[in-house]
This record gives sequence, structure tokens and C-alpha cells, in this order.
Amino acid sequence: MTLRVLAAGPLLSVQDPGRPGLRRFGVSAAGPMDPPAMQLANALSHNPDTAAVLEFAGLGGRFHVTRPALVAVTGGDCDLRIDDRPIAAGESHRLMPGETLFIGALRDAVWGYLGIAGGIVSPPVLGARSTHLRSGLGGLGGRRLIEGDVLPLGPAADALPPLRAATPRVSSGAGPVRIVLGPQHQRFASEVLARLLNESFTVSSQRDRMAMVLDGPRLPAIEGHDIVSDGTVPGAIQVPGSGQPIVLMAEAQTTGGYPKIATVIGADLARLAQMPTGSALRFAAVTRDQAEEIWIAHRRFLRGLRDDLQTVPDGAPDTAYLLSCDLVGLFAADEILAPVLPPNSPPGPT
Amino acid sequence: MTPTVLPCGDQALSFQLGERIDATTNARVIALAKAVEDAAIAGILELVPTYRALMVRYDPEIIRGAAVEAAMHALHAALDDAPAPGRLWRVPVLYGGEVGQDLDDLARLKGMAPAEVIALHASAEYRVYMIGFAPGFAYLGGLPAVLHTPRLATPRQLVAAGAIGIGGEQASVNSVPGPSGWRYIGWTPLRLFDLRRDQPFLFTAGDRVRFAPVDAGTAADLARRVQAGESVVEPEVAP
Repeated sequence: MTLRVLAAGPLLSVQDPGRPGLRRFGVSAAGPMDPPAMQLANALSHNPDTAAVLEFAGLGGRFHVTRPALVAVTGGDCDLRIDDRPIAAGESHRLMPGETLFIGALRDAVWGYLGIAGGIVSPPVLGARSTHLRSGLGGLGGRRLIEGDVLPLGPAADALPPLRAATPRVSSGAGPVRIVLGPQHQRFASEVLARLLNESFTVSSQRDRMAMVLDGPRLPAIEGHDIVSDGTVPGAIQVPGSGQPIVLMAEAQTTGGYPKIATVIGADLARLAQMPTGSALRFAAVTRDQAEEIWIAHRRFLRGLRDDLQTVPDGAPDTAYLLSCDLVGLFAADEILAPVLPPNSPPGPT
Repeated sequence: MTPTVLPCGDQALSFQLGERIDATTNARVIALAKAVEDAAIAGILELVPTYRALMVRYDPEIIRGAAVEAAMHALHAALDDAPAPGRLWRVPVLYGGEVGQDLDDLARLKGMAPAEVIALHASAEYRVYMIGFAPGFAYLGGLPAVLHTPRLATPRQLVAAGAIGIGGEQASVNSVPGPSGWRYIGWTPLRLFDLRRDQPFLFTAGDRVRFAPVDAGTAADLARRVQAGESVVEPEVAP
């Protein structure tokens, strides 16, 4: 019972909810860039939320299975086919041995998820299957997947019904990205804080699983950009000497020595991750108390995701959806993702 | 000083005990981490001690940030003034050689003989201020002032695990291979991070470290034993 990678997109990796609890030993949690989308992929595949899925950036790849399996792609709409048959994202489909699942380009989203009934059961490392690319932990040899890789699948019941979600994209919505000021906002002058809150930023092509670099106004600190290193979390907006803000993401390092002007709230981080390169965004400040309330409501919403799924009869594609699809994948992966290099991550410890 | 609470979004806060890097502040951070751990407060998920602050990750569905703050202040106020010293590790080091390629340059820079640099480096007791940057990477304080040296202008792309480094006023033992701009004067066959062990991380914040020079033969022998999965050092626990 395996999944074989016939062709891999530029950044395909095994992810589960992550590896929490080891930050004090320098181990980042990793996990998905869009946790709600991963949760939906698992729900559509009849898996628990803790099952491991494949995460891809921009473009998925081509896949085979050695036993019939329900599969589901989430994160955004995309070119999706089983052999020549177009299928919809956001619902589960039965993939048979000998058939090829093709996952093409995501539209208006960056991170996609392939859930498979039974889940991927590569060996857990330090309590999780998530791949942490920088330190080479988890997944398959701690690396991104490539053509020819074979992943073990867990057991799944035979006759699971396909399910459909209202949308393959959970983390969407307009409006500013909400932040809580701090931990080091006091190292920035009030006019710089005003710049952060009133001006527009652009998602640059310097982005990966570790961080997103934003173009826009520079944010100089008052007393320089070196602080005594302290703990960091995903969502932290750190500002190095260039003044260019960098939002730490799922694979963020555990400690850092740049001042962090603000932190993107938990409920908005996946939405930021899914913004295509070149997107404009604004920030809006909320209090910590408000952010906690938003998070609690967000968690409640996510727990309901599973209940909102509808059963679909096997082999009945949604024609209206298919007619709306542009099945020609025009997509150059390297235009969407460039690795984040210095100034974001000084090579080596600081 | 009165602790400062810095919010880190909606699921973490930093409880800061000082502004500077010093052993007393760091010892309080680590003692506070122990106290919070012992208090087993529902909803506190994870603690990350760093030089002068303790990061607390919490689940707002179980405990709100304001309540975390209150609990932290109470535990901080009740802290013992004299925290127990950490475990002492004696780390065997092969100075110089391939990994310790900066030893001769550093000695020249300081106007010392390489043997003097080694003696000085091995004379000090270091403190593991924090683990961060990479799995098991130990930031050490206590480097003799004479050996304080700026980082290289151009970082190296690959430095071995076990490399013994100097970066500014800090010292390090590298836990994983990787890029680095620090200067390296030796290599230890010990593995700070080894997934094959029950406890994959050798050091924890607050531990003490002393370096002991060994010759190439001893280092090679230790490396073989470590490779075979043998435990070659045990920490000394202060009475």
C-alpha cells in the first residue's frame, strides 16, 4: 500500500500538524503552511486531523497508488485530473491502481494539500511526520519529494464515500492581515509604526516554508536591528537591518536576534501564506485579547469543517464546475517561489 | 528588576527578566521555566528559555494571555534566589586539524601560540545560555575575553557537526552540519543531536561545559564508540 511520485512539483513534502514541544531544543514545529486546508484534505479523506498529507507549492505532480484510495486536493482550485478525466478540488475521488492522478497549478493560491485515505505513514521523527527542510528532519529523509519516491500509506476502509466541501479553499477572505503589536514594537518610532499600519505591502518572491519577505515601506528600528536573541513564533514580523519586514512561517527558526515589530494573528497566518506573489496587503492592529477571541472563534469554525461536508455519489463529476475550469496549466514554478536567502536568514547562527 | 511581558501574537508571550546577557538573569529564566513546568498549568503548551527571557506558548481556548501573565508573575515572585547550578559536561576536543581550521589564524591574530589559545579555551567554564538556531545547537557564554573575535566576513557553506566555534563573545558546539560564519578551533566526537538516542539532545539550557583537549587517537576512538551508539560522557551533577 504505497503512493508513488511519478513527477513532483518544486516543493512537495510530507506534512502533519507538526512537531510541537521541542522549540527549547532548537527544533521548529514545521507542519503545514495552511493548517485549515490540510485539515480539510484529511476530513475529505476520512482521516483524523493528525494524519500526514502531501503539501505542494504551486504545482503538485503526478501520482500512482498501489491500492484503491480516496484522494482529495485542497488549498485552492487547481487543474486536477485522474488520467484524462478532470476532477474537482475540494472533494474526494477514488483513485484506482493504474490510474494517474495529475495535480496541476493552483489558481490564486500558493499551498495545496493532497489527502489520501489512510494517510501517509512515513516513520515519525521526534513525534511527527512533518518535514523540516532546513534541518532535514521528518518526511522522507527530511527532504522535498522527487520523482520516483515511494511513500507508505496507512490502512483505510474499502467503501468510504467521497465527500465534498463548499470550497477547496478555507483560508480566504479580503481585509487587512491582523496583527498584535510586539514583542519589540517599542524599538520602532511612532511614525514607523504608523507606516506599518497605514501603508501597503507586497508579497515578494522571496518566500518559502520558513518565511515571507514583504516589499514596501522600510521599517527602521530606533537603536539598531540587533537584539539579544529571544524566542520566535510563526507569524512574527522580524525586521533586519534592511528595514524590510519578514514574516516567519511554519518552518521558522526557534530563536532570533532581530527585533519583531508585530505578530500576525493565528487566524490570519494561513491567509497570508496563500497570497500569491505580487499581492498587495495591509496590516491592521488588534489587541491581544481581541486576537485570542478571534482565534477561539476560528478554532470553533475549524471543528465544524468536518460536519459541513456532503456525501457525493461515486463517479459523478460536477459538470458546472468542470465547464468553469481552464484545464491548460500555464505555470512556471520558479516564478512563484524563490528560496528565502539572506538578508532574511543570515547563514549560520547569530 | 520587574519582569516585562511582551506579547507574541495570540498564543505566546515573552516574559523578559533583563536586558543584557548575564549568567544571573539566565539562571533566573531557567529556574522560572522549571517552576512553570512544575506548576503544570493547564493550557501552557511549551516553554522556550533564552538568554534573558522565557517564551511561553499557550492555548487561548484553555487559558488566556492575561491569566498566563498573572501566573508567571506569581511564580517569578516566589523564585528561590539561588538557583541550583546546572549539570557539568566535560567535552573532549581535538583542537586544530581539519575542522578546527581557524586555530592557527586565531592564534596569529591574538599574538599567541596555538597551544596558548587551546589552554585558555580549555581553562574556562562555559554556560549553556540557550539552545536555538538548529536542533541541539548550544549558545555558550563564558569565553575568556582575550578570545572574543568577530565572525568571518564570508561565512563557510559547510561546517561539521561537533565543530567548536567562537562567534564574537560567544562560544559554541555545533550540533548539525551547516553554514556558519563563526571561527572554528576544534572538533568534538560527541554528538549534541543524535536521533538514535532516547534523549536526542545532549545539552539543555543552564548546563555547564568544560573542554578537555584530547589527541587525535583518542578522538578517533571516541568517535568510533559514539558511532556505535555508546554513551561516552555522563554529566556531573552538582551536590
